[in-house]
Amino acid sequence: MHVAHLSLRDFRSYAEVDVPLTPGATAFVGPNGQGKTNLVEAVDYLATLTSHRVATDTPLVRVGADSAVVRARVVRDGREALLEVELVPGGSNRARVNRAPLPRVRELLGLFRSVVFSPEDLTLVKGDPVERRRFLDQLLVARAPRLAGVRADYDRVLRQRNTLLKSAGGSRRSSSAGESALRTLDAWDAHLARTGAELLAERLRLVELLRPLVDARYRDVAASALGHRTTVSMAYAPSFPLPEQVTVDRDELHAAMLAELANRRGDELDRGVTLVGPHRDELQLGIGDLPARGYASHGESWSLALSLRLASYDLQRSDGEDPVLVLDDVFAELDSDRRHRLASSVEAAEQVLVTAAVAADVPDALAGARYDVRGGGVRRVH
Amino acid sequence: MYEGVVQDLIDELGRLPGIGPKGAQRIAFYLLEADPVDVKRLAHVLVEVKDKVRFCSVCGNVAEDEQCRICRDPRRDLQVLCVVEESKDVVAIERTREFRGRYHVLGGAISPIEGIGPEQLRVRELMQRLADGVVIEVILATDPNLEGEATATYLTRLLKPLGLRVTRLASGLPVGGDLEYADEVTLGRAFEGRRSVDD
Repeated sequence: MHVAHLSLRDFRSYAEVDVPLTPGATAFVGPNGQGKTNLVEAVDYLATLTSHRVATDTPLVRVGADSAVVRARVVRDGREALLEVELVPGGSNRARVNRAPLPRVRELLGLFRSVVFSPEDLTLVKGDPVERRRFLDQLLVARAPRLAGVRADYDRVLRQRNTLLKSAGGSRRSSSAGESALRTLDAWDAHLARTGAELLAERLRLVELLRPLVDARYRDVAASALGHRTTVSMAYAPSFPLPEQVTVDRDELHAAMLAELANRRGDELDRGVTLVGPHRDELQLGIGDLPARGYASHGESWSLALSLRLASYDLQRSDGEDPVLVLDDVFAELDSDRRHRLASSVEAAEQVLVTAAVAADVPDALAGARYDVRGGGVRRVH
Repeated sequence: MYEGVVQDLIDELGRLPGIGPKGAQRIAFYLLEADPVDVKRLAHVLVEVKDKVRFCSVCGNVAEDEQCRICRDPRRDLQVLCVVEESKDVVAIERTREFRGRYHVLGGAISPIEGIGPEQLRVRELMQRLADGVVIEVILATDPNLEGEATATYLTRLLKPLGLRVTRLASGLPVGGDLEYADEVTLGRAFEGRRSVDD
């Protein structure tokens, strides 16, 4: 799929901008702080309904404006659709497809896909586990939009349950109020295990699918630079012991999670938080024999983060989709050998959007359309 | 900011559910320009509703007497009890004319974030009502959202040991709708709750 036309209103630095786009490679080139990344961020927002840079919508709306609009004409299997989302901080966002409003913004998910690699992705390797969980969940939702609902339900049950644990832990010894809180806890346990097991099963399945793809991509990206330490390991580490044989059966995971919730209840009450469930899981990444986090060099971390993104692109391609690939400010970090290696490995994508501060950083293989981005304007150069 | 009592009115209206600052302002100015007789009638009803309307001592539904119209009706089936969150759910179910039993209004759903547990709901009253053994089936008709489901789960665990038949309203496809327009969650639930066709 590709974006044929992108227009923004009051999005980030742009009051109003229209950018016609073509399949193949497109580079946005301009000095820092001129709004290159804002363009690709908008594209990504349509696919994920979140930004890869910030957690809330507020910074996405131009200062002084009440709302922002991202509108894109998207071509998928030769068919066009006009996707639109209006961001209203403090209100509810709205989405439209071919001018018809959607009952829920969430239903936009799945209509358009993108995979973004940006400097922020270093946190996938170096950051806290929450970054890696988000990576997995985002990919799950891109592949099966239904899971956005499961994820949202899980988070809500978790918040309810944590609130209950805090109050129950406090009044545990004292009164009948504590006793009844414990019985209410059973009800929340059931729903936590139901949604949690579903999320867990999906994540386990996803990691199995990703593993060979990440390994292949890493070999490719890092091969020439290092003769050694080129194997990548990926292991999903759950917050509780899974049934003996590694299983992705939802019912077995459900039972295992319920059992562990019962085991750990005392701990949970003492600490006032939920200790069991996919919100505490970790995706362990390793290079060679060492954990990537804390041991990998900057270059290795960078290559691994890139491999994770490219693998998620590969996986979606194998599903029969062709997401728009976005390489945000990536080439400046790479030596010329890796630059060419990366460029040639993504050439086949239907559309690649690249941002760079210096035109010379963009490899020849991606020399398609070029836009000059400066002073709030986007101008086609060639 | 408006002067004195006008601003007071806007503030009061703005505290009502579903009304934001702009809506409150609009209603306030509508009232300022409306016929004084109409406004007096509204004011009178507001006072009267707080004076007269009480909650039924049996089921917790809104009532003008000690008991609500449904609990006083001798034709209602005493063996079936339908548990709902709010009085407005009673009205919704009554419109179907399908249900001939009686109701029990909980007054909300379990939600620790909002500080609502079983003690804040009319759960103890429910247990007292069931104590005489007249009711043989309890239908849990709480909302099909997380809090409603958790409340239903909680009540199920409480009621099952009493040997009652406990049922939950089915979730699924809207009648008269198109399958293709159903969202995935609803459609998924409809699949889970599918029934075999008897011929």
